[in-house]
Amino acid sequence: MSASGTIDSGIANREPHAPEATLDRPADYLHAQSTLRSWFLTTDHKRIAILYLASITAFFIIGAVAAGVVRLALVVPNGAVMANDTYNKAFTIHGVVMVWFFLIPSIPATFGNFLIPLMIGAKDLAFPKLNLTSWYVFMTGALFTMVSVVLGGIDTGWTFYAPLSTAFSNGWVLPALIGVTIVGFSSILTGLNFVVTIHTMRAPGMTWFKLPIFVWTHYATSLIFLLATPVITTALILLIMERAFHIGVFDPAYGGDPVLFQHLFWFYSHPAVYIMVLPGMGVISEIIPAFAQKKLFGYRFVAYAAIGLASVTFFVWGHHMFINGQSDLASLAFSALSFAVAVPSAVKVYNWTATIHKGKLRLDTPMLYAMGYIGLFVLGGLTGLYLATLAINQHIHATYFVVAHFHYIMVGGTVLAFLGGLHFWWPKFTGRMYNEAWGRISALLIFLGFNVTFFPQFILGYLGMPRRYATYPPEFQMLNVLSSAGATILAAGYIFPMLYLVYSLWFGRKAPVNPWDAKGLEWETTSPPPTLNFASPPEVPRVPYDYPIQEQETKAQHR
Amino acid sequence: MTPKHAALELWPAAASAVAVETDYLILAFTVLTLVLTVPVFLAITWFAIRYRDGQEANRDTSGIRSNLIEISWMLIPFLLTLIFFVWGARLFVISKNPPPDAMVIEAIGRQWMWKFQHPTGQSEINDLHVPMGQPIKLRIISQDVIHALYLPALRVQMAALPDRYTELWFKADKPGTFHLYCSEYCGTDHSAMEGSLTILSQGDYQDWLTHSGAQQSKVAAGKAIYNAYGCGTCHDDGSNVQAPKLAGLYGRAVRLADGRTITADEDYLRDKIRNPNGNRLAEGYKQIMPSFAGVIPEDDLGRLIDFLKSNTRTVGDAASGEATR
Repeated sequence: MSASGTIDSGIANREPHAPEATLDRPADYLHAQSTLRSWFLTTDHKRIAILYLASITAFFIIGAVAAGVVRLALVVPNGAVMANDTYNKAFTIHGVVMVWFFLIPSIPATFGNFLIPLMIGAKDLAFPKLNLTSWYVFMTGALFTMVSVVLGGIDTGWTFYAPLSTAFSNGWVLPALIGVTIVGFSSILTGLNFVVTIHTMRAPGMTWFKLPIFVWTHYATSLIFLLATPVITTALILLIMERAFHIGVFDPAYGGDPVLFQHLFWFYSHPAVYIMVLPGMGVISEIIPAFAQKKLFGYRFVAYAAIGLASVTFFVWGHHMFINGQSDLASLAFSALSFAVAVPSAVKVYNWTATIHKGKLRLDTPMLYAMGYIGLFVLGGLTGLYLATLAINQHIHATYFVVAHFHYIMVGGTVLAFLGGLHFWWPKFTGRMYNEAWGRISALLIFLGFNVTFFPQFILGYLGMPRRYATYPPEFQMLNVLSSAGATILAAGYIFPMLYLVYSLWFGRKAPVNPWDAKGLEWETTSPPPTLNFASPPEVPRVPYDYPIQEQETKAQHR
Repeated sequence: MTPKHAALELWPAAASAVAVETDYLILAFTVLTLVLTVPVFLAITWFAIRYRDGQEANRDTSGIRSNLIEISWMLIPFLLTLIFFVWGARLFVISKNPPPDAMVIEAIGRQWMWKFQHPTGQSEINDLHVPMGQPIKLRIISQDVIHALYLPALRVQMAALPDRYTELWFKADKPGTFHLYCSEYCGTDHSAMEGSLTILSQGDYQDWLTHSGAQQSKVAAGKAIYNAYGCGTCHDDGSNVQAPKLAGLYGRAVRLADGRTITADEDYLRDKIRNPNGNRLAEGYKQIMPSFAGVIPEDDLGRLIDFLKSNTRTVGDAASGEATR
């Protein structure tokens, strides 16, 4: 329980290496030092978060350009715009870069890095040097993969299925595989850092059930980082061995089993979906109470749902393989287990909706993203159940229905949460306010553009258009043109924030400490925070989400 | 035969009882989706209007029993969706257990063609002719990477794995010509690894077996050979390799590097494939194509030339219809 007497000594005692004097430094973390060295050798979690933010934004741009190439090619059915190989390389680069270099690190490595210590009242993560190391590991892996792109690209798809990737593809597969393997270590280091930090660095009085949901979802994400990533690392190393030295693991020509690779790949890559989705849920769970000025409904259920999702997600990987030669019994089991994912997902959505009920709503930019998120996540989630239904899967497996489904989760979910969070915490990160009108326009453009791009793909999929097709039957052209047109709206929606956010860095209004009247320790310190986060130790509130409007819930909520 | 389609279709043709039931399943699931989502969307929109900051509204909370409400919105949607698990599983089990009297057709996938072998010995490339009302079991295997045979009109697909047989069965009940695809990404010409499924009455199928089995597929077989040897990598219209484009070449006059002009007839095409360089080099091109003498067997060479002769428009251009399919 709240023990205000011990808070004073708490913060200073947590970080033994911090020199006392720095507490009095007036400058914030951005202006504390300005040399390049102070950025590239920093151990400040906030500066490392900014390094990550710049890196993943660059990768997002690369991935988005590749997506543009794909949508351009698909405007005509006969492949007249580019050769098949060019198309195949474009969608592979899009997938590899977006999944491994944007979506997986996106929210944890930037917002998680920046906010977890602030939210729990700590000065930094538990292992600041390890945190910097993980950024360098990430950039090293990314460099390897970019080498493969520059040398001529790869055409295996982001899934690297053997034996196509090990024996048949002529592209620069090895550097890409090595790069993705290395990036995995960065995930493991970040996950380890978060788990230890959340366990040991909480301010006195910050009990588990006072933690913001953002911290809960990052804790759940970190567990997946730690438990699942080693499996993909192993699988990729085996793939590298087979391609480089013909050691037979997956290719039947050398006595291997190609379905084994799919099992190993999806044992990681399905949980990886929750690496992308859970942090987004955390962001939404912060934004909605702030803009409804109301306590998050069903706090404990939402927290447990995060751990529930992170657990269930380890038991459903086989739903990617219903038609891939897996036993029918296994398919039945994986189908049934996949339906169980609906339970914690429903908990989240209904609790967010109930939070808005009888709140005092302000429809500012972050809230627009959050509301868009709920709509798109619900559609993405439920179409996931279509795919988990065995008989439906037999038809729409590997069609555009799948493409539409996972973009509703990845873009509608993760990217909208990322942008919502970026706008929500931008004043805290930078000390500046962005232009609200432009923010709202962009949020609406992205919502509109996204739906015009991806909703037609559900129809294309049910009509039977296979994914990863450089050419396609002419009757699918109209829907493909519609999808490409939507992509141009979406692109505009992405470009505006890049412009007005960067503009705000120099010309934006100075941000107050708490522009949204939000609760949470990160809003107690200055915008931007000082290097050691809090000038004086923050007072941990009586309950989490201590907003003016509170439901009279059962006593069980916060004992 | 290329399947005929309107410019915009919103529902795919269904050619079997399983396909029709799969459609009912997805339609019913869509109804449930609407039941579960529309109230949420309406609620969010209504709350956003009703409880907007500055609006007068009753914000007294009502002491909701949150545990009860949490458990109900966890379990009710879950139990409703489980109906679809059971229904989908039932249909899946049916489509996984072929009746003992099913006719077996062998399906072989390779980069980038399908070969089908009928029980009576006839084989065809990329196209599949099957009789109506007769259970058909496809025994599927791949010669190289993983492919997947996808028959959308029947709402079924199955992976073609290297070194291991998989099965797919169906009983078609509607005549017509439908798409047939490879649905597992398999490299450069993945999207060209497609053809058509033709469902015939029993009588028409017997007729096809005896008469048209051999002649219909020469051009299609030639196209498969063209794809199998990767000719299109350099010679397709979309290619960026400095090589002559072959669409519409047959019968045209060609200027050679040594100044002669000759007509691209069958002999020229044949010699050119077997020994492309030397005094047969076309004007303006470098000697980069390897010789295929002794590489492409004689019968295949004949089919390849048949394909090139038929290929009057862009390779892969859907508008050229039968010629390129």
